[in-house]
Amino acid sequence: MFPVLLASLDTSVLINICINGLVYGFLYALIALGYTMVYGIVELINFAHGDLFMLGTMLVWTFVGVVAVGVAPGSFLAILIILGMLIAVPIFCALLNAGVDVAIYRPLRTAPKLAPLVSAIGVSFVFMNIGQVWGGSQDVNIATLIPDNNLLGADSSINLSGTDVLIMAVTIPVMIMLTLFVKFTSLGRAMRATAQNPVAAQLMGIQVNRVISVTFLIGGSLAGVASVIYALKVHTVNFQMGFQNGLYAFTAVVLGGIGNIPGAVVGSLIVGMVYSLASGYADNLWATAMVFLIMIIILIFRPQGILGARVREKV
Amino acid sequence: MHRIPWGLLIFAGLAAGPFIPLVQTFVLENNLGSTLPSLFIGAILGLALNVVLGNAGQLHLGIAAFYGIGAFTMAILQVAIYPFQWGFWPALLMAALVSAFIGIVLSSPTLRLRGDYLALVTLGFGVITITLLRKFDEITGGKQTLNPIPTPKLPEFLTSPYTWWDNKSLLNLLELGDDWSKEYRLFYFLTLGFLAAIYWLLRNIERSRLGRAWLAVREDELAATCMGINAARMKLAAFALSAGIAGLAGGLYAVKTGTTNEPTYFDFSLSVTVLCAVILGGLGSRNGVLLGILFINGFELILAPQLDSYLQKLNFNPEGKNYLKFSNWKLMIFGLALLLMMRFRPYGIIPERRANRG
Repeated sequence: MFPVLLASLDTSVLINICINGLVYGFLYALIALGYTMVYGIVELINFAHGDLFMLGTMLVWTFVGVVAVGVAPGSFLAILIILGMLIAVPIFCALLNAGVDVAIYRPLRTAPKLAPLVSAIGVSFVFMNIGQVWGGSQDVNIATLIPDNNLLGADSSINLSGTDVLIMAVTIPVMIMLTLFVKFTSLGRAMRATAQNPVAAQLMGIQVNRVISVTFLIGGSLAGVASVIYALKVHTVNFQMGFQNGLYAFTAVVLGGIGNIPGAVVGSLIVGMVYSLASGYADNLWATAMVFLIMIIILIFRPQGILGARVREKV
Repeated sequence: MHRIPWGLLIFAGLAAGPFIPLVQTFVLENNLGSTLPSLFIGAILGLALNVVLGNAGQLHLGIAAFYGIGAFTMAILQVAIYPFQWGFWPALLMAALVSAFIGIVLSSPTLRLRGDYLALVTLGFGVITITLLRKFDEITGGKQTLNPIPTPKLPEFLTSPYTWWDNKSLLNLLELGDDWSKEYRLFYFLTLGFLAAIYWLLRNIERSRLGRAWLAVREDELAATCMGINAARMKLAAFALSAGIAGLAGGLYAVKTGTTNEPTYFDFSLSVTVLCAVILGGLGSRNGVLLGILFINGFELILAPQLDSYLQKLNFNPEGKNYLKFSNWKLMIFGLALLLMMRFRPYGIIPERRANRG
């Protein structure tokens, strides 16, 4: 293993791996934000979130299969289609997520603590089944809409594709907008208040249920953006992929500190990097194990996460 | 007032069942012979999870990993390619001990974590275990699995002939064959015996000092600590016991199927299935857990395949469409069952009697 490692210690390989890690990091960040916001407000690990993302990619698959037949990658029409999907798929995911909240989680607000968690697992099963019937049990392929050629020229050893640029061009503004929204709008302030203390927030005249719905809407739409981007980048999806990607995103959330928005982004970038480095220098299986190993180590030594503040247990 | 010993009656019924000709023909006709022992092993696994989740109130999402550790330990100690070739009993004991030991190693640094974080650690542990089992395939066989695992040797008192009874052995008396692959009842009784023993053991532990301490920790860890209970040690005990029982179930599984199955079998989805069964039946209630396992595993092992073959016979789905196959709707049915249960009966089908419903 060691000579292989030395041989591949080539700067351009390393840079490629880092670009890849960054891209996946941003992708996980979009999913992770949905987790962390929901956890911050209702203290629920939303196991169905990864599967929501999967359903989003299924919608992209259907959409591309119907509309984009024979569209040349990189053409004006292809870009229009991408823009259309970046609006339609997040709306679909947002409505689905908020609908699930109203129908399933809301009646359980006062139920024993395990009930919403188990319900989330139940929703995840239902979503997976829908995905299985929708796309079948095998991988489905999504046509290329963005040309895969290298933006830095065909002979450059560093690879930067149009998809990578698009991913960063979409995710970075989305995250900045989200941060501004939570920090400076009144709804954002209501969200932070509800996260801190729902009862006190309600007493201050905040409609807690509406705030929670908005949180689910935002989380769902971010997952929708992630699914469009994922479909453009990876091209193959199946009904089981939501679980694994959801777990990576959740690991990122834990890394950054649950409920912490900048933490989720930082955590995601770390997870993306670790995954990319490990799968570049070892293989995918080890990469998954590495991600979880880091999660366990962080949880043991710094359970509040990298950016999380230490919270005393309430009595 | 005298309570009817339902547990004992059901156990007696299950033990006597295979000797009744009517039951015997029913089992053989429906090919249930190999399913029933699997059901019992599943029930042991369910009881193992119930110790941590139901009794001690710690969310555990990696029980399948311990099940796998048990199965692989059993296999390594028994298959012909390794020099150990231990007998059934020492190997099974070792499977339980190794699993319990790993449970202690995992849980000792993580005990101070709160519920959700602990859940993640156990989940991550499960993923890492599967990866290691797959990666070290020179030891574990990986996808090729380790097999064949020898069947247990029947004890002397069953096989040795009695001179006072025309030189017949106890097996002949009971009209049992001595070939494990042909006579399903051997595994049936073996697994049923283990299930009953573990059920009884857990019932006693639950009523002991340890069991009461678990209850106190589950209901309010801080209050329990103030009462002088060492919460960390109690949780450690729960983890170790649960891992040990899961390892034992894994060992039985390996012997019963004759192979370890591939490592991915022991992944998160198995843990979640067991979790669903335990929650469906009733957290902390042993009878509830058995019922939950009966529903979920019975559905998966017995009902779904039967319905699928029935639909096929009806020629209901000549084109083989995906959405017309019953087994493609399993997840949906599981999911909806969980949702409805949590909405209308969050404490399970048979709630625990001492549960705090506040």
